[in-house]
Amino acid sequence: MDRRLTFDIFRYHPFTAGTEPRMQAFHLRETPGMNIYAALTRIREEQDPSLMFDFVCRMALCGSCGMLINGRPRLACKTFTRRLPDRITLYPLPVFRLVGDLSVDTGEWFRHVALKTGAWLHTSRAFEPVAPEERMDNETVLKVYEAERCIECGCCLAACAKVHIQPGFIGAAGVNRLARFMLDPRDERSAAQYFEVLGSQDGIFGCMGLMGCEDNCPKDLPLQLQLAYVRRTMAAAGLGPRGN
Amino acid sequence: MSRTHVTDVLVLGAGLAGERTAIEAAARGLEVVILSLVPPRRSHSTAAQGGLQAALGNSVMSRGDSPDLHFTDTVIGADWGADQHVVRLFVNTAPAAVRQTARWGVPWSRITAGERRLPDLAVIEEPEAATGLIDAKKFGGATKWRTCYAADGTGHALQYALDGMVLSLGITVHDRTEAIALIHDGEKCLGTVARCLRTGEVRAYLAKAVVIATGGCGRLYGLSTNSVINEGAGLSLALNTGLARLGNMEAVQFHPQTLPPAWIPVSEGGGGYLLDRNLDYFMPYYQPQNNKQPYRDVTARRMEERIRAGLGVEGPHGPHLWLDVRHLGTDHIERHLKSLAAFCRDFAGIDPARELIPVRPVQHYVMGGVRTNIDGAAYGLKGLFAVGEAACWDLHGFNRLGGNSLAETIVAGMVVGKKVAEFALGEALHYTSTLVAQHLAAQEDRLRRLVAGQNGSENVYALQKQMGQILTEHAGIFRTGSGLETAVAALAELHRRAQKVGLASGGRGAVPELGAALRLPGMVRLALCIACSALARTESRGGHFREDHPNRDDVHWLCRTLAYWPPGAEVPVLKYEPVQITELPPGKRAAPA
Ligand SMILES: Cc1cc2nc3c(=O)[nH]c(=O)nc-3n(C[C@H](O)[C@H](O)[C@H](O)COP(=O)(O)OP(=O)(O)OC[C@H]3O[C@@H](n4cnc5c(N)ncnc54)[C@H](O)[C@@H]3O)c2cc1C
Ligand code: SF4
Ligand code: SF4
Ligand code: FES
Repeated sequence: MDRRLTFDIFRYHPFTAGTEPRMQAFHLRETPGMNIYAALTRIREEQDPSLMFDFVCRMALCGSCGMLINGRPRLACKTFTRRLPDRITLYPLPVFRLVGDLSVDTGEWFRHVALKTGAWLHTSRAFEPVAPEERMDNETVLKVYEAERCIECGCCLAACAKVHIQPGFIGAAGVNRLARFMLDPRDERSAAQYFEVLGSQDGIFGCMGLMGCEDNCPKDLPLQLQLAYVRRTMAAAGLGPRGN
Repeated sequence: MSRTHVTDVLVLGAGLAGERTAIEAAARGLEVVILSLVPPRRSHSTAAQGGLQAALGNSVMSRGDSPDLHFTDTVIGADWGADQHVVRLFVNTAPAAVRQTARWGVPWSRITAGERRLPDLAVIEEPEAATGLIDAKKFGGATKWRTCYAADGTGHALQYALDGMVLSLGITVHDRTEAIALIHDGEKCLGTVARCLRTGEVRAYLAKAVVIATGGCGRLYGLSTNSVINEGAGLSLALNTGLARLGNMEAVQFHPQTLPPAWIPVSEGGGGYLLDRNLDYFMPYYQPQNNKQPYRDVTARRMEERIRAGLGVEGPHGPHLWLDVRHLGTDHIERHLKSLAAFCRDFAGIDPARELIPVRPVQHYVMGGVRTNIDGAAYGLKGLFAVGEAACWDLHGFNRLGGNSLAETIVAGMVVGKKVAEFALGEALHYTSTLVAQHLAAQEDRLRRLVAGQNGSENVYALQKQMGQILTEHAGIFRTGSGLETAVAALAELHRRAQKVGLASGGRGAVPELGAALRLPGMVRLALCIACSALARTESRGGHFREDHPNRDDVHWLCRTLAYWPPGAEVPVLKYEPVQITELPPGKRAAPA
């Protein structure tokens, strides 16, 4: 303890005319239990109130605070300084549109992909307010939940070499979100319908299987498993007859 | 993007309450625009892990449950401060509201037939007939197991399902957009002035109906479990009109068990022990039937008493007590207390199977908010509605039961959304361009003065910190007349200083300091509403505890506080209205086993 930490932070406000990208160093004395959230908040409040970054839940649940911490995509609220060297470099996540400094538009990216892939439950059945709920096997529910858990932080996308060279690729998070609906018996889409949105280079066939995604997921999602499941299902759907 | 947007329904806030309301209005053919500080899926609602109360009565431990029991639990939990018309509507609607979200994709945990071991090691057996129905777990203050859950991510699962419906219905969402003032003509609310948090640009949004769904204001307090964006914006917007009223702002809930330094709630489902610095298990001294889970306000007071008696543990983040779950065993903790274990490990470096967990009560929830009628219509301004934690629909009175808040968001969204739609369908858009221009100019003038540094040189963050300290110290778990008088005086002084903020950043574009400076005066006014309402209420009820008036006083105080802020006032004006008692007259408050 009692270290003097140096934070090298990427600075740039693209929406403000006349500013240029640069790095800026800030110094802080380390305090007990300090994480990047506490450090950045102190820097903003005590040293530079123009510093932009995003935190909401500060407990690794909302997915707002992904950034490159010493080169690795991490949730800043879940990253503690005691595990880091005295010099800490912070960059915004690549892939996403920069809002300012460390703040990027992950929300816009995920919304776009969700619309493009129809990432919601598709059912034709009307809701009957007085009827009891349809039964569902809890094992199935847990499988759905395992994919549902993704908080859309974007760390896996920042770590994926393919996303960098092919901006249309929906990445592990995009595929995982669709897997969540494929696993859900309440969703009425056929394999062929899923193939429409997943059976391409921008979908599952864009993945090169290098697993940068899973290694960097702060929520430990089994992305390899989900990618394999979707690849299998889509390969079968691609070979089989079109339609239902 | 153009400077003025026109729509049928404008919803401020994309948490569960806002999105559920928007879905209801859009499903009735109306054009809806939602504004949000953050992408919808980052709203505070996603951080609610626990669950949601609805009397489905599926589990063997829920057998015999009914909306009637849910009603009784809610009213008693609220210490009779709740509106019983609203409670009745809520408990009757909750089961359907939950089932509807199952249709939208929420992966509710389901019952599996067979034997199951509970935290206290008792064994229960679920019957074959219940297999596959929505499960429930035990939550404090509920007679039956009534809290439906989606593994350890109920709020997340609900938010993603609702946001999926919002996407599928083509509802427009402008995220990173902050409403900074309501546009109104003295009688009707016509829209809002908003600031883009990407560019700093100011825009007007006009609508037939405006819904405040901006969530709670926990961040007024120095220590809170709330997301960092929960600063009560919607409450300030309403209060600043001078017309709308805030209900029961003194009714604040403190979560007993939060983990420093991030103050994350850690719940162990009632199986743990609270210990003081001598490792003394102190709860039984106060709650003889120790198998009962006392109300949150009661537990929080017992803990704070220990700390004040010098029996707290001095930690790097202030005094705390210990939560002990070691006796539950690694297996149980890893399987049933997954999120508690993860929080301890990731945020405090603690292994709860072998180590004690530091905990302390901090601000958690506000029962108060923009006062509405049972339809969600705000007092004082036509066309303005409020839902969710931002509203005082008055389901929770002076103490909210765990699990009733998520339930409120979807039930109120359903009920109020319908009323909003009916209102908007019968309403023509009427506004004059001069009125809109006036409101825009007033806000742009505020911005210009701040950027030009014309107001003074106060530091916004320093003032905000002082406000948080004043509230935590004097309007916290224990309150006294003299402490609250001190708080009111200090906050009134802060209110004057809050008008004199100078920016260190220059305030260009969307810099965060400018946003903070715009919000601060409204936040201090909310803090004053809390302190003044708490000072006036010379009784103790639920989460509002006055050491100098320790008993509930139904003769004088079976009423709801209404605070409003006339233009130019230094402190709020307080009025009162009776609480609707329709079914259950006030009686003794004891937590169910
Ligand atoms: C840690 C924690 C755990 C909890 N767990 C539970 C639980 O298990 N069960 C339960 O019942 N309750 C729980 N609660 C309470 C519950 O989570 C909240 O009361 C509920 O989620 C509030 O939902 P909401 O939609 O009203 O507001 P929020 O989810 O807070 O949404 C507010 C929305 O308003 C937007 N907004 C705010 N200001 C503005 C502005 N000026 N302009 C535009 N948009 C704005 C925000 O961007 C956000 O989208 C918990 C609370 C906490 C703090
Ligand atoms: S899969 Fe993991 S890393 Fe990727 S967005 Fe989801 S939570 Fe983040
Ligand atoms: S496996 Fe590799 S290519 Fe495929 S999504 Fe993950 S990181 Fe990208
Ligand atoms: S702030 Fe929510 S995940 Fe980090």
